[in-house]
Amino acid sequence: MPVITYREALRAAMAEELDRDPNVVIMGEEVGQFHGAYKVTEGLLAKYGPRRIVDTPISEAGFIGMGIGGAMLGLRPVMELMFFSFYSVAFDQIFNNAANIRYMSGGLINCPIVIRGPANGGTNVGATHSHTPESIAAYHPGIKVVVPSTPYDAKGLLKSAIRDNDPVMFMENTLLYGESGEVPDGEYLVPLGSAKVMREGGDISIIGHGRAIQMALKSADLLKEKHNLNAEIIDLRSIRPLDVETVLASVRKTSRVLLVEEAKPFCSVSAMLACIIQEKAFDYLDAPIRRVTSVDAPAIYSAPLEKEQLPTPQKIFDAALAVLK
Amino acid sequence: MTKKSPATKNTEATARDARQAPINAKLGADEKIQFYRDMVRIRRFEERCLRSYQQGKIGGFLHLYIGQESVAVGCCSVMGDNDHLITAYRDHGHALGVGMGMNELMAENFGKYTGCSKGKGGSMHYFDPSRHYWGGHGIVGGQVPLGVGLAYGLKYKGIKGACLTFMGDGAVNQGAVHESYNLAALMDLPVVFIIENNGYSMGTSQELSSAGASLAGRAEGYGMNWAIVENGYDVYAVRDQVSAALKLAHDQSKPSVLEIRTYRYRGHSVADPDSTYRDKTEIEEYKRTKDPIIYYQTALLAEGVLTEDIIKKIDESARAEVETSAQFAEHSPYPTMEDVKKDVYWEVDNPQDKKSTGCLFFD
Ligand SMILES: Cc1ncc(C[n+]2csc(CCOP(=O)(O)OP(=O)(O)O)c2C)c(N)n1
Ligand SMILES: [Mg+2]
Repeated sequence: MPVITYREALRAAMAEELDRDPNVVIMGEEVGQFHGAYKVTEGLLAKYGPRRIVDTPISEAGFIGMGIGGAMLGLRPVMELMFFSFYSVAFDQIFNNAANIRYMSGGLINCPIVIRGPANGGTNVGATHSHTPESIAAYHPGIKVVVPSTPYDAKGLLKSAIRDNDPVMFMENTLLYGESGEVPDGEYLVPLGSAKVMREGGDISIIGHGRAIQMALKSADLLKEKHNLNAEIIDLRSIRPLDVETVLASVRKTSRVLLVEEAKPFCSVSAMLACIIQEKAFDYLDAPIRRVTSVDAPAIYSAPLEKEQLPTPQKIFDAALAVLK
Repeated sequence: MTKKSPATKNTEATARDARQAPINAKLGADEKIQFYRDMVRIRRFEERCLRSYQQGKIGGFLHLYIGQESVAVGCCSVMGDNDHLITAYRDHGHALGVGMGMNELMAENFGKYTGCSKGKGGSMHYFDPSRHYWGGHGIVGGQVPLGVGLAYGLKYKGIKGACLTFMGDGAVNQGAVHESYNLAALMDLPVVFIIENNGYSMGTSQELSSAGASLAGRAEGYGMNWAIVENGYDVYAVRDQVSAALKLAHDQSKPSVLEIRTYRYRGHSVADPDSTYRDKTEIEEYKRTKDPIIYYQTALLAEGVLTEDIIKKIDESARAEVETSAQFAEHSPYPTMEDVKKDVYWEVDNPQDKKSTGCLFFD
């Protein structure tokens, strides 16, 4: 199977959907002539032209709102936020308009927009540029939230997101753009709302999403190597819809749960998961659920501290042992 | 300077020779040399930052100010005791302009505890309220309402001061900027909006990002005075125009918009390859004909204020100063994990005055 990067996988997904559906347009700051700040959209302007690959001014509230309006009329805009952190400039458009328009119109209108871009810390750019708003987005009924952690999922999920008839916030990671993985040529879809068992094991379920899953896989190697423990790793891939069944099946199997994510701990995705698990599988648990999240403070700039503020394979390893004690 | 609107009576400063403007005519040789020194210090500082970035000592984003020095130095040099300043992420020049020390700035870039923000903000987020320097802001346009708020605070407190509120030519298209214009004009707030028009926002030229004939001219819709400083490379011209706008703010509590034409030599940030959207010859041409340091140096040599000897000494001492700052940064400690949760809440940092109960932090 061909091996391509996460970045190339995203680009391929957009290109295929541009080919397939004339209503798909790509918009955002620097997506055309500059090829995207992180080069995700490289080459698309040359191939599809300025009618479909649209450079916007630095006006997030304006152009995201414009995308939402276009979507209401049946376009399928794929909007790039240079950093997902800038979603807050467009907060009203996303969470009042995109999230509620279907409901408030009694189902007369729908909003097939994708808002995508990197949502991660760990790149030394400080608090304003390091937001991880999965839970904030998923809090809003009407919004879907997707977080791919591999090139395969990046492509399959983005294609599904573009075809979805609801607004999807698609959160990528600058530290994954250059990571490679096997991606088949041609058409395939990864449906929204299906988690993936990345590694099977019977001793503990480590559940999370995004780059934290890549770290969890490293910790699983360590757990095996040092303690002969078999961790099962579940990548949620999609936060809303959430694959509750796959999560619960793993919990019933291992009876021990560690939740991992890069976001802050308060009202986060892992907090929601912990609630669901204790509600639906309390009797299966042999130990309290634990979590590894970012340290609860704005993202620090200082590089060595920022690394420690985020989850690390070592922290996940230590927390897993604590759950298993 | 181009004066545009008949409806908006602008500053006294018209197309006269900026050097003859009263604000400049009264300058002594020492002051003139000081502006030159400040520009050289900014440039050497930026060059050293670039080197440290390439050595891996500075990470993340580093937006260099090289080419724009006359703007920060000119603006800061006319600020009075009660004037304030706020800017975006390309903030090194302004920080040095208000007198922040190279050590604390370089250490901030290195992410060290001795940095102006204890290594928490980085290059984009310098702060020094004691010098009326309110940042250093990473979100494009996000600082502009704050500038209006600082001006509001000054007026409310009855302080005769103003806030210089900087933004780039790309930032003018943020909704927050337009809302700020309206608020400032409606409420007669003492703010000077300064658009540092360096021609580009990242890889996008000004023509491709902004509709309408003029960026500053948008002020007209709000009934604000506005002007364009065409030769923003000339520190005298910048001083002339900015002091006039400050006077308007001080004497009449009126906002205004100044667009200062300038140019950045380096990529948008150090990580920007800078090869796709502009011609190398464009950069070379600007450097050759409009470099703010060379332009001012030539003027001061002609005036007999500078000599080759002084030029050399200034350059040497600037180089020594930046080198010292790099050593200082290098040998400073990083913050600790304990520091990560400090400076989040005032109450937590001041437990003696803590009034709320309950949990503030979570694991
Ligand atoms: C809200 C927001 N959108 C986008 C960005 C990314 N970004 C940072 S600087 C920049 C260009 C700004 O250009 P300009 O205002 O002209 O300032 P200059 O860099 O030229 O000083 C962009 C798009 C950001 N930091 N914040
Ligand atoms: Mg600019």
